[in-house]
Amino acid sequence: MTSPSTEYLLEATEVSKRYGAVVALESASLRVRPGEAHALMGANGAGKSTLVKVLTGAVRPEEGTITVRGKARTVHSPAEARRGGLVSVYQEPALIPDLDISSNLRLTQTPIDPFRDWMAKLGIEGLDLAEMARNLPLATLRIIDLARALAIEPDVLMLDEMTAALPANLTERVLQVVKDRRGGEDSIIFISHRMTEIASVCDRATVLREGETVGVVDVTADSADQIVELMLGEVAADVLEGTARTAPTSQELDEPPRLEVRGLGSSARLRDVTFDLRAGEVLGLVALEGQGQDELFDILAGSERPSAGKVLVDGQEVSFRHPADAIRAGVVFVAADRADALLMQRSVRENIALPFSVRMSRWGRIQTKQEKPKIDKAIETLQIETRAQKEVRLLSGGNQQKVTIARWVAGGVQTMLCFDPTRGIDIRTKAQIYPLLRDLAEAGAAVLFYTSELSEIQLACDRAIVIFGGEVVAEIDARDADEATLLRAAHNLRSDAPLPEQVVGSADVEEAKADHSGEANDL
Amino acid sequence: MSTPQAPIARQMGALAAALRRNAWTLGLFGILGVLLVFTKIIQPTYGVTGIQGLAISVLPLTLAAVAQACAVIARGIDLSVGSMMALTSVVAASGMDGRSEGAAIVVVIGVLLLGCVLGAINGSLIVLTRVPDIVVTLAMLFVWAGCALLVLKTPGGGAADWLRDLTKGSVLSDWTPKAAVLLLAVVGVIWIPIRRSRLGLSLYAIGSDPLAAYRSGVSVTRTKIFAYMLAGLFSALGGLSLTASTGIGAPVPGPYLLLSVAAVVLGGVSLAGGRGGILGPMVAVVILSLIRTDMTFLNVDTNLATVTQGLILVGVVMIGSLIQLRRGT
Repeated sequence: MTSPSTEYLLEATEVSKRYGAVVALESASLRVRPGEAHALMGANGAGKSTLVKVLTGAVRPEEGTITVRGKARTVHSPAEARRGGLVSVYQEPALIPDLDISSNLRLTQTPIDPFRDWMAKLGIEGLDLAEMARNLPLATLRIIDLARALAIEPDVLMLDEMTAALPANLTERVLQVVKDRRGGEDSIIFISHRMTEIASVCDRATVLREGETVGVVDVTADSADQIVELMLGEVAADVLEGTARTAPTSQELDEPPRLEVRGLGSSARLRDVTFDLRAGEVLGLVALEGQGQDELFDILAGSERPSAGKVLVDGQEVSFRHPADAIRAGVVFVAADRADALLMQRSVRENIALPFSVRMSRWGRIQTKQEKPKIDKAIETLQIETRAQKEVRLLSGGNQQKVTIARWVAGGVQTMLCFDPTRGIDIRTKAQIYPLLRDLAEAGAAVLFYTSELSEIQLACDRAIVIFGGEVVAEIDARDADEATLLRAAHNLRSDAPLPEQVVGSADVEEAKADHSGEANDL
Repeated sequence: MSTPQAPIARQMGALAAALRRNAWTLGLFGILGVLLVFTKIIQPTYGVTGIQGLAISVLPLTLAAVAQACAVIARGIDLSVGSMMALTSVVAASGMDGRSEGAAIVVVIGVLLLGCVLGAINGSLIVLTRVPDIVVTLAMLFVWAGCALLVLKTPGGGAADWLRDLTKGSVLSDWTPKAAVLLLAVVGVIWIPIRRSRLGLSLYAIGSDPLAAYRSGVSVTRTKIFAYMLAGLFSALGGLSLTASTGIGAPVPGPYLLLSVAAVVLGGVSLAGGRGGILGPMVAVVILSLIRTDMTFLNVDTNLATVTQGLILVGVVMIGSLIQLRRGT
């Protein structure tokens, strides 16, 4: 007889879903035991989000069955899924911006007291429930969304990229809550691109590739390689290869830096930031959420004006009044949110051509002939999947991000500001973006690279600066910038101080990763 | 100890927050006050009769503005508001024509139901066909206008006496015209319970962020149909008010559509949905109407008055937005 612990709480079997000719899911299966944290993994476009949509009732599958506690279920809407004990927390919070928090709770019929308890456990206290959702920072909204889901005690809680772009301290709290829930009655489905998180909180992982379930793995400290292999199939060997930095490129000290930032300040968040960005380097920038990095990038990209300090480009003081000024000075911006940067309903080509066709011939007709080779080259360099040539919105998130980079590559990059460009992107695309940034730097460009994922610093950068409380508090050579060091610096702690609530198990995976990249370097 | 002070401080904070949230509407009341004083100055005889006339004249447009606000809050727009008013008005007038006072009650209830049905048809078409709101309601503008002409070719019909009396005169004191009291009562009875219910929250939710609303378990389609049903109901009330004040039904709609949109915008309802209320547009209608009256008192050319009205609309919305922007709300 099967004991209760081996019975599945949620079981999705042979689920398939097609969108026209595109197969999103082809016999995907997912079995979740009670009391486990189950990772759902897969590269972008592997069908993860479609499977989530099927489970929450947002999409109806053509084939397949879903059973909850052994009973077949057809779910038609998120509301129905909710009533059935299946609740999702998405990457973009499902809070209504124009309602205050208490109205938002009322909308989902969430009891207030458990909500408050969870908020406290997740590290946010004294939240004013009369505050409009639109006035709260994104990280807080995510936590509210999670607390709201936890407050109704769901049987299955689905966390879709919950920790993406959460500051490190909140991420730890979230992971702790996930860990604490293991072993009980209820289960968690955990979707994340971050291998360290999976390793630290999940019991098992289901891996999807091209719409199919290709493996279920018992997660241990060193199952990261196995998962990556499953996710990527035959190309696994190339991934994470050669991305770790060797020695930083020599800096031409006689030339002025490409970008000099001197005592930059604006509002309360950004107080006094000074650093140099040299041609030929990728400079990493690390900060907890809300330390002034958003304001810094807005100023450098020309969207906002500083209240103090100055910015020099190639030794010349500049004052950008508009992003067009920044672009003219060769300072271009890659945002985390692709939707902010792309014309979603236009073609890949048009999107790439937009910034520099505007520049090349300000008046008169657009010279498509001159454009074409440049665009072709950019598409090729970035290996953009162009089957969906027609509209950018049909591309996967990773490919969209590549388009936002390609538009600047096509124009010839001098200085590129990347704000968390790999947020919510699959590991394969990430692994293409790091060497691309390196190549740009080697070709003479200067790249400023803010990331919320600390492990990326060593994969892509020459050195890193850390901002805390609106000031640069540390500069670290990439060779020394392991996650622990960066995390300490980001909390403005001395390098020998103990880590705040360190994530257990992450160190092991780091080691695994280091081994992997070490091999690549030997070749 | 400081414990007894804490709740007071919180209440003050809540009060301040409520004031901030309704700043736009409060500002409109301010403008209205200034306008009333201004009117009294340029026309010293303006008094009880003026107020009563004003209350009766703004009644149909106020209801149209409320109808429009219901659609706009849910991120829609209802271009058929004027046509629905005309259709319900002629149905009411021809239904009551030559019937007893008692039968008129049935007709009134029937017309209100008709309004709900018209609105529900609008909403269902939008939801089912997925054609944009503006296109569907534009088409329905013609459909309902045509239906109105099928019911009555020329202005005619009748109205029950009790219905006509509802808007005439005043209650309690001379300064509280019946029309205004009736308006506030009817709108309040319908809107306040809705606003406090989960349905009302859903209305704002789908206007503010449809995807987040869907993920929060709100049925976006049902809520949208409900929003248009409400718009239909308030349009029917507007149509009834037309019949009540004129005693007949007119098949060709008045200029209510564009004015209702103007009032909604001036009333602080965001055309992008999810923001604003019902009171703002109602006050905005009174302001727009009073400006017109003042122009007449000042002997301004009517065409120039229209131009001025438009400029004031743009000006107020622009200044209001600037103030909100500066305060960072």
